[in-house]
Amino acid sequence: MIAIVDYDAGNVRSLINALRRVGVSEWELTSDPELLMSADRVLLPGVGDASVALASLRFLGLDSVIPSLKCPVLGICVGMQVMCRGSEEGDAVGLGIFDTDVVRFIPGDPSVKIPHMGWNSLTGLKSPLFDGLAEGTFMYFVHSYYAGICDCTVAASEHSVPFSAALCKDNFFGTQFHPEKSGSDGARLLHNFLSL
Amino acid sequence: MVAKRIIPCLDVKDGRTVKGINFLGLREVGDAVELGARYASQGADELVYLDISATVKGRKTFVGLVKAISERIDIPFTVGGGISSLEDAGRMLEAGADKITVNSAALRNPSLVDEIASHFGSQFVVVAIDARKSGDRWMAMSGGGRFATGRELFIWASEVQERGAGEILFTSMDHDGTRQGYPCDVFSELNSLLRIPVIASGGAGSAEDIAAVLSEGKADAALAASIFHYGEITIPELKHFLVSKGIKVRI
Repeated sequence: MIAIVDYDAGNVRSLINALRRVGVSEWELTSDPELLMSADRVLLPGVGDASVALASLRFLGLDSVIPSLKCPVLGICVGMQVMCRGSEEGDAVGLGIFDTDVVRFIPGDPSVKIPHMGWNSLTGLKSPLFDGLAEGTFMYFVHSYYAGICDCTVAASEHSVPFSAALCKDNFFGTQFHPEKSGSDGARLLHNFLSL
Repeated sequence: MVAKRIIPCLDVKDGRTVKGINFLGLREVGDAVELGARYASQGADELVYLDISATVKGRKTFVGLVKAISERIDIPFTVGGGISSLEDAGRMLEAGADKITVNSAALRNPSLVDEIASHFGSQFVVVAIDARKSGDRWMAMSGGGRFATGRELFIWASEVQERGAGEILFTSMDHDGTRQGYPCDVFSELNSLLRIPVIASGGAGSAEDIAAVLSEGKADAALAASIFHYGEITIPELKHFLVSKGIKVRI
């Protein structure tokens, strides 16, 4: 069973539509720890403010559940950021799965726009998430905060500074970009995650 | 570095695209979902759907269409036309739109931009500005370029940025429909003034025009309708041309 964490951190319609397009017909949108612990895959979406998302996870008691999951877990955008050590956004303590901090883009060059929005290319791909995807593949990003490059980085991108486009540690995966909005390459990544 | 975006724009009336379309093999040329899917598979970076229905029934049809688009289309899409309240914007978000665009409604009620941005995030709000040169000043127009507003383009663009707009979609009414190119100097000035991305619209007659507005005009994205709809240039051809000019695009 595929579980999507329901913690009121943005619209999950896009993700559900993308899952349908890769052939998923059943999923559970849930915040029930029992269901999450029995799932074969857990997806943690998220848009908006990371500190609000973390407060919501704590309120639901999921801050201890998520790090204890044994199945493959994929955090998307803010869903990835909350799995880091902490975020500058709202000065929030994260779930500490990925050993890196989330900080705000502060470009020296005024022509570098914040948020980082649009399609950017990935380099240094090293995860089964990217099977069948080439160096330089473009994915769709919308974010103002980023996770630095660290030992967990499995794909990098660059927006005035290099940053982690994807992270992996053990059974935990995170993408700063939105695979559900990244065309056929994003669909491939979701398919890869579901096939792990 | 983030790629420059190429955005086809589809006008929709009563649930169907209205402009002439020149795609071979497309069974139903008026099908907005199929046309968008075709553009997406050709490499469009985003899509914009503008509802030009003037009736209540047409507007309701559009919400259903937005749902169908979000089920089918796997790239970001923006919807606009007739969005004049927080509730209208919320309906579009609920139907699956990634962004909405507001134009005349924001000119009538500028705090609408703040309201939508604070509820749904700045990334959800694209403010479209139509402007025309009047003497030596660029003035924003409402009602599709019909009415003067007394607002100067650069001041209005800065104001909506401060109010929470995530992007500006600028159309020069002096260039729209002429197919003679964009006013690159105005785009360049807008880009220098703003922290948020600027989408160029109105005036593209060729791939060279689009290359110019993305390089000299420093625009972050180019939106076009007729050159794509009439098949004069395909998106892959355009993107390869842009790459040959040293412009980073997604291929």
